[in-house]
Amino acid sequence: MPLIEFTDKGLYCPQGGFYIDPWRPVAKAVITHAHSDHARAGSEAYLCHRLTMPLLLWRLGVTAEAVQAVEWGEPVFMNGVRVSLHPAGHIIGSSQVRVEYQGEVWVVSGDYKTEDDGISGAFEPLQCQVFVTESTFGLPIYEWKPQPVIFSNIQDWVIENKERGKASVLIAYSLGKAQRLLSCLEPVTEKIYVHGAAWNIHQVLVNSGVVLPAVERVMPEMPRELFKGQVVIAPSSAEGSPWMRRFQPFAVGVCSGWMQVRGNVRRRNADAGFALSDHADWKGLLGAIEATGAEKVFVTHGFQATLARYLNERGIAAAEVKTAYGEDEEGGEPEGVAVEDQAAGGEDADRGED
Amino acid sequence: MEKIENTGGMRRFATLAVKLGTSTKTNDRLEALEKYFSEADDADKVWVIALFSGRRPKRTVNTSLLWEWCRELTGLPGWLFEESYHTVGDLAETIALLLPEGPGGAGMGATGRESSTGGQGVKVRTGRPDAGAEGPGAVDGAGAGRSEGSRSLTDYLLRLAGLGKEEESSKKAFVLECWATMNSEERFIFNKLITGGWRIGISQKMVVNALARSARVDAAIIAHRITGDWDPATTTFSALLSEEGGGGELSKPYPFYLAYALEEEPAVLGNPAEWQAEWKWDGIRGELIRRGGELFVWSRGEELMTEKFPEYQAWRERLPEGVVLDGEIIGLGQGGQPGEDADDDSRAGGYAANSDREEDARASEPRRVSVVGERDSNRLDFVPLPFAALQTRIGRKNITKKNLQEVPVGFIAYDLLEYEGQDWRNRSLTDRRAQLEAIVRSVNHPLLQLSPIIPFDNWEQLATIRQLSRELGSEGIMLKRKSAVYQVGRKRGDWWKWKIDPLVIDAVMIYAQKGHGRRSNLYTDYTFAVRSGDQLVTFTKAYSGLTDKELAEVDAFVKKNSLEKFGPVRTVRPELVFEIAFEGIAASARHKSGVALRFPRINRWRKDKTPAEIDTLEDLKRMLAVYGK
Repeated sequence: MPLIEFTDKGLYCPQGGFYIDPWRPVAKAVITHAHSDHARAGSEAYLCHRLTMPLLLWRLGVTAEAVQAVEWGEPVFMNGVRVSLHPAGHIIGSSQVRVEYQGEVWVVSGDYKTEDDGISGAFEPLQCQVFVTESTFGLPIYEWKPQPVIFSNIQDWVIENKERGKASVLIAYSLGKAQRLLSCLEPVTEKIYVHGAAWNIHQVLVNSGVVLPAVERVMPEMPRELFKGQVVIAPSSAEGSPWMRRFQPFAVGVCSGWMQVRGNVRRRNADAGFALSDHADWKGLLGAIEATGAEKVFVTHGFQATLARYLNERGIAAAEVKTAYGEDEEGGEPEGVAVEDQAAGGEDADRGED
Repeated sequence: MEKIENTGGMRRFATLAVKLGTSTKTNDRLEALEKYFSEADDADKVWVIALFSGRRPKRTVNTSLLWEWCRELTGLPGWLFEESYHTVGDLAETIALLLPEGPGGAGMGATGRESSTGGQGVKVRTGRPDAGAEGPGAVDGAGAGRSEGSRSLTDYLLRLAGLGKEEESSKKAFVLECWATMNSEERFIFNKLITGGWRIGISQKMVVNALARSARVDAAIIAHRITGDWDPATTTFSALLSEEGGGGELSKPYPFYLAYALEEEPAVLGNPAEWQAEWKWDGIRGELIRRGGELFVWSRGEELMTEKFPEYQAWRERLPEGVVLDGEIIGLGQGGQPGEDADDDSRAGGYAANSDREEDARASEPRRVSVVGERDSNRLDFVPLPFAALQTRIGRKNITKKNLQEVPVGFIAYDLLEYEGQDWRNRSLTDRRAQLEAIVRSVNHPLLQLSPIIPFDNWEQLATIRQLSRELGSEGIMLKRKSAVYQVGRKRGDWWKWKIDPLVIDAVMIYAQKGHGRRSNLYTDYTFAVRSGDQLVTFTKAYSGLTDKELAEVDAFVKKNSLEKFGPVRTVRPELVFEIAFEGIAASARHKSGVALRFPRINRWRKDKTPAEIDTLEDLKRMLAVYGK
């Protein structure tokens, strides 16, 4: 019996009797992070990192009693199986799940990035026999520039917009990218305005003790002049919606790993694309996989066929696994977050879908 | 080997090209071009004008070599390289993304207009010390290793042009050295210069406008000066924009005046008496230039095509000196008779008389015009051949006697731009036409025809006549204001094309492939099939015509309903029905269905139809019988 099985409800540890990021309701769910394709409602009990907990409570509507929060590295035993969470560097609270039983160790990465973004915790390489890795950007064309370089580009863009009397609207996921951008934006703007969706998440995190630069929520009654030359963070669902009109004149910059390819920038009709991703790039994936020393690698959501084949050719036994993570088989970033933001955004939500 | 250092000129051009490629607003692009023209070296400007007006240097390095060298440098397996290419959708960009980091900073600059900063000298402004950014120290001076040479864009292009004759090894040495000294953005542009195929969304008109603004010269004058046969390698910027011009003056064409599509009923154009109607021909727009005793033929793509149409030389002696005709290059079948039959005026007169009689007879009845009646009045004196026939001629290097016999290419003249060496574009259409008729009549050759004027009294009647278009081998009707001058480029107001509704057929999608450029990583190129008994027979590929939202929907369907994968192509469950529109149909031995379509595109997504309700191969064959002459 393998320590972890791939079932139609998700990754299951039969010995420990728990699932990791199940996509159907189960009795015990270990959650890597709070993005909606990994954390779903309906399960009876949840285990997650301390900083993921408030997000789960707020987003899934579960009660505090149903959630057990742990620190990174703090072990939990379930029927003899040792489970611990370790930083994945993806978003605040995001964790890899290390599962150990009778000397066998599996690590489930969830989503991860290997560069330290300063707010999500530095990715921790873990030794294991079996590694379950994501592959959202599992192609060699995805090689990110270091965060300071991208931040510098974003800052230059904001300043240029300001000089032309334009507001800078940055399209970013409300959970993760929106918080990551704040330290980049703070030095170059007086105010950072955010869409209701990012605002809500900001409040949840700040109330849980996370220290973040201040933001202001965009309110319907705010006069248009307020936004002149300022910075706005909005989810992709707001792109092109009537909600955006109040910022005119503005330029739109999309922050996403997909912006690495010019065609995607043009397809989004964005004025600028910044290849800023919360996922590991090709080298990041390969480096992380090698660091685990794993004998076997299971590749999930993204370019799983490509990465698995490449690993096999390099002598690392790998297989692809179908999961319900990622938006589609090509591996979309979790747009689900943005869609949910609509509901959370309340009066700001002018558009139905993205 | 000549050493090329990395550069100001290349960087400036890369910045411009990236900006043009990502700007979403025409004004921003215009501004970027104008800025470029006011700052760049004159020599580089000449090349940029050449590049953006379709004067691309010949490809001197094979793309498969670029592919091979990149694979060598990256050590990636071929399949992974290919997979990457299919996701990016552009070879030049794929290579730029895959190459190991150059000295210009880490990887591709952010793709967008901010990228003017390139990857050099990163300074991150940090606010609060605990805010996360690592501070400037980490990457500052990323560009320190760069050489500060100042090779221009011109140097690169001349060097590239010269590579054609060189050994593969010296080509390789040059390209690798360039890659090594460039940042990712410059590599992309450099690769593009080699591979060609820009889809940068820059029209010649925009280049003209930007030049006009920065050089403070009238746009129409600029347009004329940068038209025609000039070589960027031997033309200076001042010569290009000066009155005298270079040696290509004799063959220099005028920029074409292009019509907009008429989206509404022609009644919006007002009084029909102010308008001249002609058939819209399905050939190649061309200019016939007779100067200095020679005859030149230009196509709308600004290609000198004189050699392709030896039959035109028969008119060289008959055309008066200093004449430029605008018209359609088109295959002409039997039926073109010189002499009295070609006399347009007599036909027009005949029609008028006929129509008068009709009116007398039906004075008290409401006006009704029958297609049958119009058919006689609009009989042509020549038989235009379908575009597919012309294609068999233009693709050829050597034209044989047999080609000339099978598809004789003629010229349907519809405008006169120059007469007796004088620019006639500022005269009215009526004046130009009168002189044009005299010239064409004096040449008196079956392959040089006048575009007949369609006589009509009111818009209703013209609408009826328009129904004959397809039968006559035309795409619809052109409407030109009789008092209008001949303008430059596509302008609204005086010229309109009133095309006929396309032919349509309902078909099911069975293959899908990822698109390129703006559509990369989305399944946007589809192959369609019609039913033949219990089989599905593919008959056309088509893309475009769907909204971005629909594209995303179809893309999701393809990903969920793939049956098989052949390289980039997916076989999908035959479920989605689309209405395919096309302009013409011809028999084809190359296609399984036996037909080839002209301008096929998706008209709409028939969500209301099931695959059981699609059209059949018989339906296509019937269309072929009716319209496929």
